[in-house]
Amino acid sequence: MRSHLADFDLVVAADLPEALRLLVAGWRPIAGGTDLMVLFNAGRLPYRKLVGVAKLPELNAITVSSDMVTLGAAVTYSAIQRHSVMQSEFPLLCQAASWTGGAANQNRGTLGGNIVNASPAADSPPALLVYDVELEFISTSGSRRISYGEFHTGYKLMQSRPEELLVKIHLPPHRRKLNQYARKVGARKAQAISKVCFNAVAEVESSVIKHIRVALGSVAPIPLRCRKVEAALAGQTLSSTLIAHARDLIAQEIQPIDDIRSTARYRTAVTQNLLSEFLGQLL
Amino acid sequence: MSYRVVGSAVPRKEVASKVTGQADYVDDLRVPGMWYGITVRSTIARGRIQRIAFQDGVPWSEFTVVSAADIPGKNMVSMIVEDQPYLAADHVNHMHEPVLLLAHPDKNLLEKARALVKIDYEPLPTVFDIDSSLRGNPAIWGSDNVFKRYLMEKGDVDAAWSNAAHIVEGEYSTGAQEQLYIETNGMLATANPHDGVTVRGSMQCPYYVHKSLMALFGLPADKIRVIQQETGGAFGGKEEYPSMIGGHAALLAWKSGHPVKLIYDREEDMAATTKRHPSRTRHKTAIAADGTLLAMDIEFVIDGGAYATLSAVVLSRGTIHAPGPYRCPNVRVRSTAVATNSPPHGAFRGFGAPQSIFALELHIDKIARALHLTPEEFRQRNFLLTGDATGTSQIVRQPLDLPALQKRALTHAGYLEKKARFHLANQTAAIKKGIGFATFFHGAGFTGSGERYLQSVVTLQTTAAGRVEILSSMTEMGQGANTVLTQVAAETLGIPYEWVDIPRPDTSRAPNTGPTVASRTTMIVGRLVETASLDLRQKLKLPAECTPEQFAEACAICGPLAVSAQFQEPEGIFWDDRKYCGDAYGAYSWAVYVAEVSADTLTGEIQVDRFTALQEVGRVLHPVLAAGQIEGGVLQGIGFAIYEKVLFRDGAMVNNQMTNYIVPTSVDVPRIDVLFEEVPYEHGAMGAKGIGELPMDGPAPAILNALEDALGIPFDRVPLMAEDVLLAIGETSERRVA
Amino acid sequence: MANTPISLTVNCAAHTLIVPAMKRLLDVLREDLRLTGTKEGCGEGECGACSVILDGELVNSCLIPAKQADGARIVTIESSGLGVIQRAFAETGAAQCGICTPGMVMAASALLARNAKPSLEQIREGLAGNICRCTGYQKIFDAVETVSRQNP
Repeated sequence: MRSHLADFDLVVAADLPEALRLLVAGWRPIAGGTDLMVLFNAGRLPYRKLVGVAKLPELNAITVSSDMVTLGAAVTYSAIQRHSVMQSEFPLLCQAASWTGGAANQNRGTLGGNIVNASPAADSPPALLVYDVELEFISTSGSRRISYGEFHTGYKLMQSRPEELLVKIHLPPHRRKLNQYARKVGARKAQAISKVCFNAVAEVESSVIKHIRVALGSVAPIPLRCRKVEAALAGQTLSSTLIAHARDLIAQEIQPIDDIRSTARYRTAVTQNLLSEFLGQLL
Repeated sequence: MSYRVVGSAVPRKEVASKVTGQADYVDDLRVPGMWYGITVRSTIARGRIQRIAFQDGVPWSEFTVVSAADIPGKNMVSMIVEDQPYLAADHVNHMHEPVLLLAHPDKNLLEKARALVKIDYEPLPTVFDIDSSLRGNPAIWGSDNVFKRYLMEKGDVDAAWSNAAHIVEGEYSTGAQEQLYIETNGMLATANPHDGVTVRGSMQCPYYVHKSLMALFGLPADKIRVIQQETGGAFGGKEEYPSMIGGHAALLAWKSGHPVKLIYDREEDMAATTKRHPSRTRHKTAIAADGTLLAMDIEFVIDGGAYATLSAVVLSRGTIHAPGPYRCPNVRVRSTAVATNSPPHGAFRGFGAPQSIFALELHIDKIARALHLTPEEFRQRNFLLTGDATGTSQIVRQPLDLPALQKRALTHAGYLEKKARFHLANQTAAIKKGIGFATFFHGAGFTGSGERYLQSVVTLQTTAAGRVEILSSMTEMGQGANTVLTQVAAETLGIPYEWVDIPRPDTSRAPNTGPTVASRTTMIVGRLVETASLDLRQKLKLPAECTPEQFAEACAICGPLAVSAQFQEPEGIFWDDRKYCGDAYGAYSWAVYVAEVSADTLTGEIQVDRFTALQEVGRVLHPVLAAGQIEGGVLQGIGFAIYEKVLFRDGAMVNNQMTNYIVPTSVDVPRIDVLFEEVPYEHGAMGAKGIGELPMDGPAPAILNALEDALGIPFDRVPLMAEDVLLAIGETSERRVA
Repeated sequence: MANTPISLTVNCAAHTLIVPAMKRLLDVLREDLRLTGTKEGCGEGECGACSVILDGELVNSCLIPAKQADGARIVTIESSGLGVIQRAFAETGAAQCGICTPGMVMAASALLARNAKPSLEQIREGLAGNICRCTGYQKIFDAVETVSRQNP
């Protein structure tokens, strides 16, 4: 453990207003700690004052209505997997939750933490992108919503201010019959940071793609929605020519790099192959 | 009535403390007045130390700082060659080389202090790979970067080429591998000039540490005491390194006047301590028209890192195992261990054999393909039989039936049926399956005259109450040494297993039984325990058949007794160290391993679906422990093949965290079927031969042979990652289209 | 930054401690409470050697700051309620060097509490966060299956 304890402080917020006041004073939120504490142990946590928000009721509620399913930002991966509506309506998110670490980390890790940690390799963001979710932030000056697709602007850069707390994730019901596909390629079958994380949903009728979303992790500085590929596929009739064209397009849209886990070349080839597999299943 | 415990699954001796969390590993210890230590390491792979500054930010006056200048005795870690300093004085030769030691009562302050030590270096030219090292420019060790060379010859290789119907060549390589014991290295030391030095910690070889500390402090044997704590995994990674960290903890204790605990965190342990030697093997093989081997010309090179440590011995074992369990009249192995500016590589289960056996077993399959023979048929024609000579001209004296072992393993694995079924399904499947195997051997005990040189001693100590203590320096590290040695003693003495105690090795009490390495504990030390037990029976004047009650009575009459047994080399074992030929090992265990794999052609991901491990081991003394050794070793071998990659950049491991150094989890491991055969070895304890390292040799070649079966692509290196596989699949299909 | 009071119930015993707020629960257990059965293997939440059960859920104690464990009910390997699982581990050969064993027992305990009769696949998944380097996992699966067979 490489951090000097006396340099740090942590308080657990008694309620949401207290948490928000502390954020204004420069404290940073910590929920499950599965990202921040890894940095802390390695002596690389840049924040010195942390406010615990994991137990705030507003951040833990899961509400279901006909208009919206809303998750509190501190809902854990385990809680997501156990929820019947999440299983039936948002299976890709349940899948992502089951991929994120082992049982112990899933019991503590939160969806909100995953989002604001902004790792391009995270497992949940691609699912959130294909589900067109909305984030809700709250601060001492009020609350606002933002489409998740606009949230990440660059590597670890987000459309949020330090005094704002992510409080809710809103998942709109599909109102469609969706084919849903997710696949994570990592160095092993469990507890692995992804080399490529591919999520896609599509509504197909008489071989025509009526609705499509494709999103990936680990192939760009941010979790990436492949809007160009989506635009080229929307309204088109499925065929092997279309799939070949989509393969070319996606190779241009993603921006993978060589890093400690894999190579750009591999990531591109795998992305193309998974896209083919997904589209092939729709044929 | 005799007490039979050998061959049955008696409870592991120390299991109760392990499953309840009471087992005392070194970091669980706390003593009054204890301080904590940390190591300041070089940030450059090779250079001259110019300046050391202690920047403001911690109360430096409260710290003890140890440098090379503080060393009372010799600044050299005792191993084979004296080239590795405990602390760098003016030069460093690898990244993370220890330069200074710090101690303070507040553990929490140490990392902050370490970050405030600023060392300036003048960089020197470096060497990071085998080929650069062999070119010798720069010479970073000695005059030519060569730690050791061997030439092992039999017959006349050069004359054989002209008679060959076929000549097959190949080159194979293996990467470094991190032992990844779940308990990191750690030591707790007390030391002062008056009382001497006591070091407790995680280790395999208390007497290696003892010897090195004697030289470090310039103290006699009875002023150094080394105690092995419960050790949370080692696999060779705690064979030589404990001498280094033990010395460091002791130096801090010596200078601070306090007990000092020095525990590495995972990042430091992975970056700074030893790994498996990377290797490169070149094969050139002559085969006769009838498919029999005529000549094997083998070049074997290993990367030893910056200091010699155990490279000469790793090289030796790799050399001897290089020609494998085959009959070949002409053999030449030219082997070299070279220096690079990486942290020194060291012992890891298998110790050179996994590297050279990997190359051989891939090459054997390659030869089979070239001759249009099945891999099993080609091996069948060339297996050593009883009475044949190995690559070192050792005659196989014991009954050996490799064809039968091969048949049994392949039958159990459903090899032929699966191979045919997979080939058919692969024509249309995206996930292609294959099945492949490796046949190999592993010599137990120290090579040649090594065991004689060790002169290992075991002592049995009785009490008047009829309890027996086994005193030895053999260390339990999970493999079951405590249990097996106790079984042998109890059964030979005819007393209950529970009446025998085996205290933790403590050099103030235990004789030097040699290091816990080389798969020697059961076979060699077990035999010493047997011998001492028989001697004890004589001294107690026990009848041939005696009850435990009679044993207890005899102890009461005789009072406390100590009986020792020392290793005697069995008759008829001859090894020529100069010519490197003869009886390399007292006995070999023999094995056939079969791997079933899947390769996903969309992602290049490889998975081992099922594994069969068959081995002939002399005698299985404890079925559960023996199977446990094979299962654990097989999974490490699978890791070696397709999961574990050490990434070096500028001579340092950059993926030194468990999130980026990938070992298989419970979801990745296949079902492993373990099968044993027994041909008792007359000189091994109750017939047993060694098994601890054997399972490391087979998995990697079996898996790559299976992949060739699945994909038609003969890979030639490990670790083999999905990136490599996908690239090869792509290139192959490009070639097929073109 | 000053130390802070926390209350913990560990293996049914109540404790009140004053510790730095960011001290890891792992270190509170090992150092302040001298419960050294819980181990550190990696400090990154990857190996599971530090697993304990906190408010009924398996967690990696190396990733939990003490202040966030304030008020929690914690079960560690020292708990007297783990005998059935511990005996199964002992009898099947599931413990070799023993360093992963406490965390593995806790993971098995958490798994069996949720699912008294897990399939082999569920056992593999449930233990995926606990790395063992010695056993190859086979006998650990056997141990969990042994307990599962004993369950009604």
